[in-house]
Amino acid sequence: MKHRVALKAAALAVGVLTVGALAGCTTSGGEASDVVRVTLANHVWTDLIKEKIPEFEEQTGLTVELTQLGEDQLSDQYNVKLNAGTDEIDVMMYRPLQEGKLFAQNGYLAELDDRIDAASDWDWSDFQAGPAEATTYEDTVVGVPLVTESEVLYYRTDLLEQAGLEVPTTLAELENAAKLVSEANPGVAGFIARTGRSAAVTQFSSYLFSFGGDFSEQGTAAVNSPEAVEAYEYYGGMIHKYGPQNVSTDMNWAEASAIFAQGQAAFYTDASSLYQNLALPENSTVSDKLGYAPFPEGPAGSKPYSIPAWALGLNSGSGNQDNGWKFIEWATSFDTVLATQEAGVPGARTSVWDDPAGTSSFPAALAAAIQANAQNGVGYDRPLVVNVAEAREIVGDPIVVGITGGDVPAAAETAEQKFQAFLDDENQ
Amino acid sequence: MSQVAHGDVGAWEKTSRWVNRRRKWVFAAPAMIFVALLLVFPVVWTLYLSFTNSKGSVRAPFDFTGFENYFTVLTDTERFWPAVGRTAYFTGGALVFEVILGIAIALLLWKPFKGERLVRVAILLPLVATPVAVGMMWRLIFEPNIGFANEFLSWFGIPAQPWLSSPDTALSTLVFVDVWQWTPMVTLIILAGLTALPEEPDEAARVDGANWWQRLWYVTLPLLAPTITAAVVLRGIDALKTFDILYATKGKGGGSFHEVETLNIYAYGLSFDYNRYGQASTVLILFFLMIIGLIWILSLRKKAANK
Repeated sequence: MKHRVALKAAALAVGVLTVGALAGCTTSGGEASDVVRVTLANHVWTDLIKEKIPEFEEQTGLTVELTQLGEDQLSDQYNVKLNAGTDEIDVMMYRPLQEGKLFAQNGYLAELDDRIDAASDWDWSDFQAGPAEATTYEDTVVGVPLVTESEVLYYRTDLLEQAGLEVPTTLAELENAAKLVSEANPGVAGFIARTGRSAAVTQFSSYLFSFGGDFSEQGTAAVNSPEAVEAYEYYGGMIHKYGPQNVSTDMNWAEASAIFAQGQAAFYTDASSLYQNLALPENSTVSDKLGYAPFPEGPAGSKPYSIPAWALGLNSGSGNQDNGWKFIEWATSFDTVLATQEAGVPGARTSVWDDPAGTSSFPAALAAAIQANAQNGVGYDRPLVVNVAEAREIVGDPIVVGITGGDVPAAAETAEQKFQAFLDDENQ
Repeated sequence: MSQVAHGDVGAWEKTSRWVNRRRKWVFAAPAMIFVALLLVFPVVWTLYLSFTNSKGSVRAPFDFTGFENYFTVLTDTERFWPAVGRTAYFTGGALVFEVILGIAIALLLWKPFKGERLVRVAILLPLVATPVAVGMMWRLIFEPNIGFANEFLSWFGIPAQPWLSSPDTALSTLVFVDVWQWTPMVTLIILAGLTALPEEPDEAARVDGANWWQRLWYVTLPLLAPTITAAVVLRGIDALKTFDILYATKGKGGGSFHEVETLNIYAYGLSFDYNRYGQASTVLILFFLMIIGLIWILSLRKKAANK
C-alpha cells in the first residue's frame, strides 16, 4: 500500500513538472516599455554613441539596453531573431545596401513615414539624397542613414617622396607608382586592398565604375563586359603583381588595413570611414606618413562609390516602437550627428557637412578627398539585389581568380552566367 | 454526501489504476516530451522544409516542391559534391592521425613514470581550449608573412609556406589543427581502456617469449579493439560535424575558393547567407542520412566482429 501512495505522489509530481515546463515555453508579449533595446554593430560610431547614451537616458527618462556585435554575428542574429518575429529588438543598426532590401521585403523594418512627418524639427529633408534613397523601400522610408563612406586612396608620403613620385591621379599612374615603390623597397608591397571573394566586391566596385563597367545593366548581368574584365584584371593584377608575398585570399578590411598600418604596403584603397585605423598612432605605425587622395581616374573618370554604410531602423515586431523612435530621433539629430562627425565619423546630414565644425576633425586632405568623391560618387557599391550575400560571392569570383594569377576572362564569363541565372531567379 | 465521496474515490482509483498499468509510459513521459520538442520536431520540420522552396524569410509563404531540391543538390557538382569530398577528407584525415597518435601517446603514458601527472595535464590542455580561440590562435600562427610557423621553418632554411591562405593547403592545415586539438580525447579514451585490460594475457605472452611488438600487435590491440571502435565512432561523428575551427579560420563559404567548405559550412551558408531554407534543409537531411548510414555500417561491422 505504501508503495502505491509513493507511486501516486511521483506520478503527480511528474505531471506538475511537465505542465510547468510547457508553461515556461510561452514568452511574454512585446509591450511598450521604458527600456529601449538597441542592437548595434561594432563600429567607431557605436563607440562614440555609447558615451553619449547617458545624455539620452537623462533627457527622456528611458533606459537603453545595448547589444553590440561584429558584422557577421549581427547579420546572423537578425536572421534568426527577425525570422522568428522577435520583439526583443526595438532599434536595429543595419546595412541598407547589404540587408535593406531583404529586410524591407520580409517586413522586418517598420514604416517610418508618419513619424518623419510628425518630426518636422528633426527634418528628414536634411539627409543627403543618395543615402536617403538607400533607406527607402518602395517609396516608404524604413531607415535613417547613420554613416556614409566612399573609397579613397591611402598612401605613404615617405615612400612616394623617396621614389620622387607625385600622388597618382589616374589608375595607370597608380599601377606605375606601385611598381616602382615595390621594386625600390623589398619587403614592402606596392599595393594592398581587400582580397576576400565577398569582402573585396565593395572596394572593387569603384574600379569597375571607373573603368566604365557595372554589375548589371537594366536587369541583365554585365560582369563579362570588356570594361568589367579590364577592371577585374586591374584589381586582381595589382595585388597579384605588387601585393604582399603569399597573400591570403580571405582578407577583409581588418586584415588589409593591418598590412598597411604595419608599414608593409605603399598604397591602399578602402572605405574613408576606416581612416582612424591608419591615422591614430595607437593603431598604426605609419600615422605620421599617411596621405589621402580621391579615388584615381580610370578610362571612365573617377567614379568611387559614395554610400550610406549603416542606418538605424525600427523592428516591426517590436511593441516598443514609440520609444525606439525616440532613440533614433536623438541619435540622428543635428546635434548628435555633429558630435559624432566632429569625432571623425562621416554622417549623412547636409547641414552638418555645411557647418565648418562638421569637417574640422578630418585631416584636410581626407575631407577634400571625401568631398571630391561625393561629387563623382555612385550611390551603391554592390549589386542592387535582395540576396546580396549570394550575389557578392558570384561577382567576387573573378577578383580572387585575378589575385591568384588565374584566367580572369574565363572567370568573368562563368560569373556572368551564374549572375544572370541568379537575377532571373530573383526577378521571377 | 457519502455518494459523492464514493464517486471521488472511484475516479481517483480509476486514474491510479490507469497510471499503474502504464507506469513506464507515465514516468518516461517528461523525458519523451522533452526529446520530442527539442529533437524530433526540428528534424521533422527540417525534413518538411527540404521539400519546399522556402527562402528569404521562414515566415514568408512557400510552396511544396517535392523532390526538386534533392534533384538540384544531388546534381550540384560545384558546391555539394566537393563539400562531401572535403567532409570525408577532413574526417578521414583527422581520424587516422588522431587514432594512431592517440594510441601511441596512451601507450607511452600507460606505465607509471616520474612527472606523469604533469605530462598528462599538458597533453590534455588543447582539449579544454575553446575552439574559436584555437582557430584564432592558429590563424595567427599560420599567417604567411608574420606568423610563427613560417618563422620556425626559416630557422631550418625551409621556404615560407602559404598554410591557410592557399586553397591547396588550407584543408590539410585544418586537419592538423583538428589533430592537435582532439588527439588528447582519443588518448584519454584509449588510456581508460588500457588500464582496464587484464594483465594475464600479456604475462602469458611474455612467458611464451613474445617481444614487445608482438605483445602489442597480437595481445594488447585486439583486446583494446572495442575501446578503439568507441573512440573512432565518437571522434568520427564529432569530426564530421566540425564547424567552429573551419569557420573561425576561413569564415563564410569556407574561403574565397570554398577550399574548406564542408557540408556543415555549406548548409550554414545556404541558410544564413543565401536565406535558402529549403535547399539548406535538403543538404542537412542528406548529411544526416550519410551519418546514420555510416554509423549503421560501423555497427554492422561491430556485430560481425563480435560473432
